[in-house]
Amino acid sequence: MSLLAVRDLAVARGGLRAVEGVHFALAPGAALVLRGPNGIGKTTLLRTLAGLQPAVAGVIEAAADSMAYAGHSDGLKPALSAAENLRFWAEIFGGRDIEAALAAMNLRDLAARPAHALSAGQKRRLGLARLMVTGRPVWLLDEPTVSLDRDSVALFAAMLRAHLDRGGAAVIATHIDLGLHEAEILELGPFRAGRVPSQSRPAGFNEAFG
Amino acid sequence: MSIWEYANPVKFMRTSGAVLPWVVAAAALATVGGLVWGFLTPEDYKQGSTVKIVFLHVPAALMAINIWLMMLVASLIWLVRRHHVSALAAKAAAPVGAVMTLIALITGAIWGQPMWGTWWEWDPRLTSFLILFLFYLGYMALWEAVENPDSAADLTGVLCLVGSVFAILSRYAVNFWNQGLHQGASLSVAPGERMSAIYRYPLYLSMLGFFLLFLALLLIRTRTEIRRRRLAALLARENRA
Amino acid sequence: MWALLIRDLRLATRSGGGFGLALAFFLIVCTLVPFGVGPEGGQLSRIAPGILWVGALLSCLLSLDRIFALDFEDGSLDLLATAPLPLEGAVAVKALAHWLVTGLPLALSAPVFALLLHLPGPAYPWLVASLVLGTPALSMLGAFGAAVTVGLRRGGLLMSLLVLPLYVPTLIFGAEAVRRGAAGADPVTPLVFLAAVTLSTLALTPFAAAAALRVNLR
Repeated sequence: MSLLAVRDLAVARGGLRAVEGVHFALAPGAALVLRGPNGIGKTTLLRTLAGLQPAVAGVIEAAADSMAYAGHSDGLKPALSAAENLRFWAEIFGGRDIEAALAAMNLRDLAARPAHALSAGQKRRLGLARLMVTGRPVWLLDEPTVSLDRDSVALFAAMLRAHLDRGGAAVIATHIDLGLHEAEILELGPFRAGRVPSQSRPAGFNEAFG
Repeated sequence: MSIWEYANPVKFMRTSGAVLPWVVAAAALATVGGLVWGFLTPEDYKQGSTVKIVFLHVPAALMAINIWLMMLVASLIWLVRRHHVSALAAKAAAPVGAVMTLIALITGAIWGQPMWGTWWEWDPRLTSFLILFLFYLGYMALWEAVENPDSAADLTGVLCLVGSVFAILSRYAVNFWNQGLHQGASLSVAPGERMSAIYRYPLYLSMLGFFLLFLALLLIRTRTEIRRRRLAALLARENRA
Repeated sequence: MWALLIRDLRLATRSGGGFGLALAFFLIVCTLVPFGVGPEGGQLSRIAPGILWVGALLSCLLSLDRIFALDFEDGSLDLLATAPLPLEGAVAVKALAHWLVTGLPLALSAPVFALLLHLPGPAYPWLVASLVLGTPALSMLGAFGAAVTVGLRRGGLLMSLLVLPLYVPTLIFGAEAVRRGAAGADPVTPLVFLAAVTLSTLALTPFAAAAALRVNLR
């Protein structure tokens, strides 16, 4: 029984296939680390898994509403306090308690501060704390440690470890060692644009007319 | 063998290239023939020589609406079946439709001046065409503004759907707002005043001519769009490699 | 749903430019018109219904791009699109929030502005009624325009070009109701049509707007 199973997935960016033949399954407690040079399609793959863009080919098997996505921006409103920001997302995702999340990312002292007064690293911590209040089992993380200092990275690694121990799973695009020694690593190599098989649907204009 | 095979760009280019010269020739013949024949008709006892602009005005107005309908159908085909040529055909048709609307508006103004004594009247038909023109402008502006062709095709498709609903709604709202001076449809079989045959046949011919003209322009413009997309695709592929 | 509505209202009150801006713009329009057409009361009262409706419509337009642009930039829209709340619902709620901070205040304060333009007495209740019935459609159609243009640089001008033609039926029926009210005729017919336009807009546009948002998010 896996939380997320992906078979023969192809994703496209700018109307061209960027990644093809992705194949993996995540059991509860498992993590997958995406590696590869910039621009190889890690973000595109994560957004496709999150359902933000359609897959060109292949199957993504997961329960409905099981994925929480954390991209480059944190979805914070500068005019709201840290606690208000977090409480909003908690209510949208089903009304969980925000205290545990604030504690996990060491944000208790900053809870009343408006988000515009937070530093980049503090904002990121708040954005990551949001993952806990979604209550979703599969976390899709796109470079989660950007602008975090060493202590915060350790906090985040501990939060992620606790999530996996509770039976969650995660797909992470990162080059930083988060202490996930058992994690599988998916190396995304440069994609060579071959001929699109004639019976398959083109990914976009650029493929249809290539 | 199904009709959808022509949605394949390569097949479309081959077929359209073969029929294009014939369509252009037929369009030229019918348009010029219809307009010249129309010009040579006798003067109307009530409207004098001004009636002759009808051979330009009515076909243009007819095409202005029909081209929007064609764009609606093409957009639906794109949104449902994802045939890329269909989206490009809708894009290619829009400027032709906008120009047809403009021709209908301008010839209407020129005709209206001697008939009603005014260049512009907020009559339901005139107003509806002005609104239609605005819809064409918005549709074309959206195509130009969105850089990613896949997004542009989807967004303009949705806009065309919503715009169609509101164009019809506006038509009825405008009718409610002002009852108008404009005569009824020129070819409708109304008791009393009906267009006589000497005007009717040249009008049919110029309608056919305008339709063929649109078809020729549509084919040429769609072929240009396909070539442009092909070029962009090759560049994108090269940048990626 | 409530959480999203309350957040949007809170943001509108805290970051300014919500309630105040549209009303100030409406005031300016109603101040400028007499400078343009002359101070003669009879003439003003004749065109007042139209000016009030066009003014309300333009004031509404002013803040439309804020419906989605900020949420798009800071990533909130990505998160909303993956939330359990359907995106169509989120669109409708955000349009409702926009209406509560622009359309409703405009409708309720319109009688004050009507005084400036010498609107005939019997038209006042119909002015408020037509604006209350009509402005929800303006916000909802605006949300559609904002959704279509959300990813674009300088989308504001394009959005006006896309949205304003869609406002034609609402404007016609709304202003007609006020005009008939001012003339002492029966304004119920245009009001019923206005309500019909608004209801069908509210029923259909969220789907189109959500579809456009999904395209812009991918």
